[in-house]
Amino acid sequence: MPPVGPRSGDAIFANVERVNAELFTLTYGAIVRQLLTDLEEVEEVNKQLDQMGYNIGIRLIDEFLAKSNVSRCVDFKETAEVIAKVGFKMFLGVTASVTNWDADGTCCSIVLEDNPLVDFVELPDTCQGLYYCNILSGVVRGALEMVSMKTEISWIRDMLRGDDAFELQVKLLKQIPEEYPYKDDE
Amino acid sequence: MQFFGGTEISPSLPASTASGNNGHMMYVFNRNGVCLLYREWNRPLHTLNQQQDHKLMFGLLFSLKSLTAKMDPTTQDKSNLGVPQLPGQGCSFHSFRTNTYKLTFMESPSGIKIILVTHPRTSDLRESLKYIYNLYVEYVVKNPLYTPGTPIRCELFNTTLDQYVRSIS
Repeated sequence: MPPVGPRSGDAIFANVERVNAELFTLTYGAIVRQLLTDLEEVEEVNKQLDQMGYNIGIRLIDEFLAKSNVSRCVDFKETAEVIAKVGFKMFLGVTASVTNWDADGTCCSIVLEDNPLVDFVELPDTCQGLYYCNILSGVVRGALEMVSMKTEISWIRDMLRGDDAFELQVKLLKQIPEEYPYKDDE
Repeated sequence: MQFFGGTEISPSLPASTASGNNGHMMYVFNRNGVCLLYREWNRPLHTLNQQQDHKLMFGLLFSLKSLTAKMDPTTQDKSNLGVPQLPGQGCSFHSFRTNTYKLTFMESPSGIKIILVTHPRTSDLRESLKYIYNLYVEYVVKNPLYTPGTPIRCELFNTTLDQYVRSIS
């Protein structure tokens, strides 16, 4: 059997080079602010943030795999645990928890008590429909797609909307088997 | 609180023992069979054109992998040979050796396949391939101007790779 990956991201987090948290938070804020100015519609900003996150996710997965030594997860349950315990810790410095599994193990919630993206943020009346952290759902979706899991991700709770935590619902749509990519007549 | 980023390449360099120059060539494929990188250091004989050569190599790995999984005596649930597998399903091989060369293979769950062909007397190169995967992350994936899924054109990556492969024993 291949070696089992780490159960927490603490060791990896301690070893990577980091940037100042405030700089990171404010940079992200500036991006969202600029998108609001450029796109005007809050719905469009949500979409754009998700797309940006997706583009990050499809690259991030390789760094995650290279640094965490996770070789494979047996099922979606383990995958969710690894994202919450190792992934979020490694890249965001916080640990998330996994709850609310449905009966067939294809849908769960990742709950973030602490989220460095939203320090200093308050949603004004004009942006009530904004999912400020939508980039995170995009990242998770992109990263999972690279390991052949098609998922659908939505926000259930959002602290900026008055909830007590951030809750991401991750729903596994399908796993894509590996096919031989060339046609015979190519 | 501080977080994010990182440039440290881990695992650290596997120690090399004897003199280098054992590398023949290297391929990097993605899941869709696109050859992202082909490097050649010592290959006196070419029998196919490059595109055919890449396809042959990818096909060899693909078939060998499903064969090794099919022959696995330790697991019960096996699908028929040739039926597509989910990533991570079934076992896989990491190297084979002939009397003239040795091929070492690594596949990441994200579908990146790294193949290194070396002198038949080289030692276990699994750690080396992991290191090369880390180089790929640092020099290619983190390069904002690189478009994922396209052939790699990155001088810095090539130089670092050449230098590293030269040290493999």
